[in-house]
Amino acid sequence: MMKSASTLIDTVPTPKQKQVKSTVFSRLRKNNIAFAAFLFIIALHLLVFIGPLIWRVSPEALTTHGALTGWSLQTPMGTDEIGRDVLARILHGGRVTLLVGLTSMLFSVFLGVVVGACAGFFNKVVESILMRITEAMMAIPNFFFVLVALTVLGTSPVMVVIVIAVSSWMEIARVVYGETLKWKQYEFVEAANAAGASPLRILIRYVIPQIYPSIIVAGTLCIAWAILTESAISYLGLGIQPPTPTWGNMLQNAQQYIWTAPILGILPGVAITLIVLAYNFLGDGLRDALDPKVVRKK
Amino acid sequence: MNVVHGTDHTQTPPSSEEVLIQVEHLQKYFPLKKKKIFGPPEVVKAVDDISFKIYKGETLGLVGESGCGKSTLGRNLLRLQEPTGGKVFLRDVNFTDLSKKELRSYRKHVQMIYQDPFGSLNPRFTVGQVIGEMLTIHKLATGDARTKKIKELLALVGLDPDRIDNYPHEFSGGQRQRIGIARSLALDPEFIVADEPVSALDVSVQSQIINLLIRLKKELGLTLLFIAHGLNVVRHISDRVGVMYLGKLVELSGTDDLFDHPAHPYTAVLLSTVPDADPAARRERIVLKGEVPSPINPPSGCRFRTRCPLATEKCAELLPELEEIRPGHHVACHYPLEEGESLKERISKNDKGAVNL
Repeated sequence: MMKSASTLIDTVPTPKQKQVKSTVFSRLRKNNIAFAAFLFIIALHLLVFIGPLIWRVSPEALTTHGALTGWSLQTPMGTDEIGRDVLARILHGGRVTLLVGLTSMLFSVFLGVVVGACAGFFNKVVESILMRITEAMMAIPNFFFVLVALTVLGTSPVMVVIVIAVSSWMEIARVVYGETLKWKQYEFVEAANAAGASPLRILIRYVIPQIYPSIIVAGTLCIAWAILTESAISYLGLGIQPPTPTWGNMLQNAQQYIWTAPILGILPGVAITLIVLAYNFLGDGLRDALDPKVVRKK
Repeated sequence: MNVVHGTDHTQTPPSSEEVLIQVEHLQKYFPLKKKKIFGPPEVVKAVDDISFKIYKGETLGLVGESGCGKSTLGRNLLRLQEPTGGKVFLRDVNFTDLSKKELRSYRKHVQMIYQDPFGSLNPRFTVGQVIGEMLTIHKLATGDARTKKIKELLALVGLDPDRIDNYPHEFSGGQRQRIGIARSLALDPEFIVADEPVSALDVSVQSQIINLLIRLKKELGLTLLFIAHGLNVVRHISDRVGVMYLGKLVELSGTDDLFDHPAHPYTAVLLSTVPDADPAARRERIVLKGEVPSPINPPSGCRFRTRCPLATEKCAELLPELEEIRPGHHVACHYPLEEGESLKERISKNDKGAVNL
């Protein structure tokens, strides 16, 4: 049947499809690897932070099952060279490792944002001083700096976090510096100035919020680097000291038994590899998801 | 913008003789990056020794080619850039002498409307935040009073007050420009600099925004400095018009007077480029030779002399000052056109004179 013009006009429009807003999360969701990495990171964090509440075995106490036992119901991942429960050590070690990663990332992001934003926003003198310091820091080999600093300052967990953060804020500072230079030229920043806002208010309320995406990406990649560094220095014996377990110092212990009980090394090694890989994938995925201009190849 | 031609003009003479803004010898020089080893550093004289007054309640239009220093003048007037020299008075207050802190609290009296409706609003603020920031900064209203004031402002500029929680990207260009206007009105300013507020908009939207500005000016008794390069727009909104060329103010007069009887050759040329809606009126366009000279090395004497059909040796030697040649009609030219005289007539008259010699 032909529809007349009036019926066409009177036709009730089909209810609008629920508009799917293209949010950061929805764009991340489309990137399979990054989203898998995101889920893995959440799962692993839940595991190491909630796990020990359920598996209430001390990571530092000796069990009654003997040393280097195989996997059983009492010791799901066996025991280590002196009879400690490996599952408990993996869980507690993960807690320490991930916590070091997170806190040193937060600290280094804070440093990087303060230095970068101030250098980009305030006058030439501030800019020169802060950026020259940043460049000088970048000229020092990272790992060497960490080793020397920890040798001199001691290896308490707080010191490990601080040293890792101090060695890794420069990249973030440079990113924030560049973005601040870009955003401070926008007219809405001048409008805020014309409104009589103080420079600090303009920086915190107008400029820095525009940089959040870059900060999030840089922060994610920074966690990966912090975890890797912590593991590396623990492996060299300069990190967090035994008996507190971390994945790094578990690796160090395991190397003596690499032929007799390889599983002792494989477990923390795989854990470190996976979490660092996941953070890197997530960082790359977030970079794409937060920047709609990037054309994703499919 | 031909549509606005012939609509009822709001060109009333300044409603009072009260001077609101007085600009004295304002200068803004931008130093160039590369420095010469010898001699003084090279500078771009974006605004070069400009003086004028803006009366309370008037709209002063400012026209000129791109790069002639219109926007720079507006920004320096509000000290969004620091002027190189000169003074700006707001009533009795010397704006150029205020300390940074005093200036911040004084900013509520003078506001700015921007050209780019996309870059001038913080993309991470809702409309309510954009406007509310103004009230918060000057501690004028909080809580419900703040929300009420924001909604009033949105209604005033013709936006739906219920969209207070929307983000700027959810609005069209014209609507965003309205938000910008609402923001500039939030502090009840006496003086607003509108820096090409309609240049980025569609023609149909342009007239809406212009009419909004005219209405607001009447209702709120605003004083406007309206910077634009569209001559018709300026004619429609302005009470007086200033013409700039290469950092200099070359002519300043009442709108009708300036458009009907331009005295400066540059103004006459500029006006001859405006297309006319009336096909019977055959105005001959006068095309200037050459390019606008570089502001780094401006011509000696009169800035316009290199392209001026009337230029003589005197123009190269002596810089013409802005003088009142007829009541209310100021011009900076050694050979201003008489009332009713066209540039063509003057040129042919000069040619005849040359032949007679």
